Amino acid sequence: MANYSTNEFRSGLKVMLDGDPCSIVENEFVKPGKGQAFNRVRLRNLKTGRVWERTFKSGDSLEGADVTDRDMQYLYNDGEYWHFMEPDTFEQHQADAKIVGDAAQWLREQDTVIVTLYNGAPLSVMPPNHVELEIVETDPGLKGDTAQGGTKPATLATGAVVKVPLFLNIGDVVRVDTRTGEYLSRA
Amino acid sequence: MALATLFYLGDNRGKMAWLSCERVFWEFLLSLDRKAHWRPTATLETLVQRAKLLSHLRAHFVATGAIEVDVPVLAESCVSDLHIDCLQTSVNDSVQYLQSSPEYYMKRLLAYGCGSIYYLGKAFRDGEVGPRHNPEFTMLEWYRPGWDEHQLMSEVAALLSPLIADLNTVTYSYGQVFEEATGLDPHVADLVAVQEYASDLSGSSFAQESRSTCLDLIFSLAVEPTLQDGLVFVHDYPACQSALARVDTNSCGRQVARRFEAFLNRMELANGYYELTDPVEQKNRFLEDMRLRKSAGKSEPPVDEKLLAALSHGLPGCAGVALGVDRLLMQLLKLDTIAESMPFAQGVMSDGR
Repeated sequence: MANYSTNEFRSGLKVMLDGDPCSIVENEFVKPGKGQAFNRVRLRNLKTGRVWERTFKSGDSLEGADVTDRDMQYLYNDGEYWHFMEPDTFEQHQADAKIVGDAAQWLREQDTVIVTLYNGAPLSVMPPNHVELEIVETDPGLKGDTAQGGTKPATLATGAVVKVPLFLNIGDVVRVDTRTGEYLSRA
Repeated sequence: MALATLFYLGDNRGKMAWLSCERVFWEFLLSLDRKAHWRPTATLETLVQRAKLLSHLRAHFVATGAIEVDVPVLAESCVSDLHIDCLQTSVNDSVQYLQSSPEYYMKRLLAYGCGSIYYLGKAFRDGEVGPRHNPEFTMLEWYRPGWDEHQLMSEVAALLSPLIADLNTVTYSYGQVFEEATGLDPHVADLVAVQEYASDLSGSSFAQESRSTCLDLIFSLAVEPTLQDGLVFVHDYPACQSALARVDTNSCGRQVARRFEAFLNRMELANGYYELTDPVEQKNRFLEDMRLRKSAGKSEPPVDEKLLAALSHGLPGCAGVALGVDRLLMQLLKLDTIAESMPFAQGVMSDGR
């Protein structure tokens, strides 16, 4: 991969730092009038999700990271691995629980998700921002409570548990924001 | 514009955009913004305040007997400083440089016997773009023959106090603020200790860096944020950061540069010297700068022989200071970026433009 100098650091650029692929979040130029210039850089470690803050001398460079985002179809989970397929080439990739992480609770077979590849292997999985899923388990709906805006927990087809309005029942399909885990509407 | 959006969505890369309504919406917002690209980066109100500030600055020098000198911004040589890169251009088939400060021309005028002089105009520095930097900026620089840096600090305070109500002004030595913030004495601390402190602070390795580079890092990241509100003068810089200031022994027996910086609400605003007048010492510093530039793989612009000749003729003892006018306006109007203080900036605005 190419090397990138601090003046090429843009938000979203993928670089290697301490052996891990990182995405640049922010790059601020700092320079005393009569002194060495620096770049204060915030980077997200793509393996751990943690944000690092590092200061480099301006002009220093980091190696680019072979990281790409791909749209893939989620196929199935074999108990240990989640399997994804590239729609154009039909090439399949498998990812373990560490990689899939919290995304697992939103994955419905056939849905399109974004899989981030690092050196050709999955690094992380991002579900669509909004998903529509069926309620498979919840307490029975209570009549007359609709106006008061109360909520109750409901388990969805993928195993996720979200708070839904009291009037919803098993079999209803709800729309959920996967970034916040919040119920949005009936689908 | 609408057609361009459709075209964008129609091409292959655009397929991604359909996946998320938000992404389409974002593209739309950006395309609206592009339509506004001809407008100034400062508001009309800021432009009015900027004009008032420029006349305040000129009025101060008229009242205190300094004459304005509008020296050239183009010259055949430029500053030798390791950390300042000048923009280079071609004039009548010869290489010339846009000046990073009017200092060399002004010192030639001082040697000619001009007395107190000031410059209020443009200065240029390559590679400097950020919330506080624009490659072209407005600099106020002035010199007072017969003064030292402490008298000049008083004048900086007098120049700013009518602009800021109840301006709190304090003065520290570099060693004092540095040691209070870090526990290290910047003049005598072991180089390894300074390097380790810089490495810890930056998260990168500074084990191979010079004392001056490490001090720059520590001062920017750990000392500047601890300075108080208002106007703070820091003087007696480490000798390794003397630039064009005289080096002297201070009351504690340490070698210090007779240099000061002014910070307004923790933002570096001005840099001044009790000026070096010795032509031999000046030439040695030029040569040392060139050696450092060469080893850093940087360009080696020609040494300004006309400045050296002027110093040989005789530069009167004097103090001089350069002040960033755009930054001063940023502080007066509480602007987040330097771009918002200028009619048209190249830098990035806080809203991403």
